[in-house]
Amino acid sequence: MTDFTPLASLIGGMMIGLSAVLLMLWEGRIAGISGIAGRLLPPYRDRAFLSRFGFVIGLVVAPFVMMALTGHAAEQTVSSNLPLMAAAGLFVGFGAIWGNGCTSGHGVCGLSRLSARSFVATGVFMATAFITVFLVRHVIGD
Amino acid sequence: MSFLVNLALGLLFGLGLVISGMSNPAKVLNFLDLFGTWDPSLAFVMGGAVLVAFIGYRLVLARKKPIAADRFHLPAKSDIDLHILAGPAIFGIGWGLGGFCPGPALTALGLPAAGTAAFIPAMFIGMWAARLMSENPPRTSST
Repeated sequence: MTDFTPLASLIGGMMIGLSAVLLMLWEGRIAGISGIAGRLLPPYRDRAFLSRFGFVIGLVVAPFVMMALTGHAAEQTVSSNLPLMAAAGLFVGFGAIWGNGCTSGHGVCGLSRLSARSFVATGVFMATAFITVFLVRHVIGD
Repeated sequence: MSFLVNLALGLLFGLGLVISGMSNPAKVLNFLDLFGTWDPSLAFVMGGAVLVAFIGYRLVLARKKPIAADRFHLPAKSDIDLHILAGPAIFGIGWGLGGFCPGPALTALGLPAAGTAAFIPAMFIGMWAARLMSENPPRTSST
């Protein structure tokens, strides 16, 4: 069970949106995390490695900055089923790059640009995620 | 300079993920569990993000060019092909299994959790495999 947090979620979401807008203003790119992270791996096609690396470092240090600012540790519960998490990682990584985007690139940036491809992508990944959780929790049993 | 701007924007994005609860897989999985312990919070994350980006993109894209680049790099594809169906379908299965998508997984990288340590290397392997399989290698720099 997790608490319903509409206000914190709305504010956090608006910060995500603001980051995406400012990245577009600064260098004209979509704030798609899978695109940014995936291009940290070779082959390299442009000279933006350092910028992408900076963005990823910002993500990684965020919970520590949060802790320093508020004194509250980021709440996080991760499954300790390692084969399941490894399979999840493979699917997420492969699917995000194969589909040209993930929750951020399609779900936030793409929808905001009214991209038809992103509406399809978001609908599809929401659907398979809902179905997966339904099967895991209510059919197979947790 | 670009490194520092990106660092700040990554931090803003990451703080948004942490504050919103999106960085917590338990919360994501409860959002996805419509017929169980449903927690609708994450609809507000997406709503808030899309609201700001929808308005902000319109203001920014009215400019001739970004501040630190000579043009905007917007995805040009518009066709609905197999990639845009199969990729997100696979992605959604992984998201539903682990509760992590790439951004939240990266915010979790420095926090001790065995599940994260299993997820992240696998995610990068998956990303790399997909890039090698899907990219034709024209070596012209497009940026």
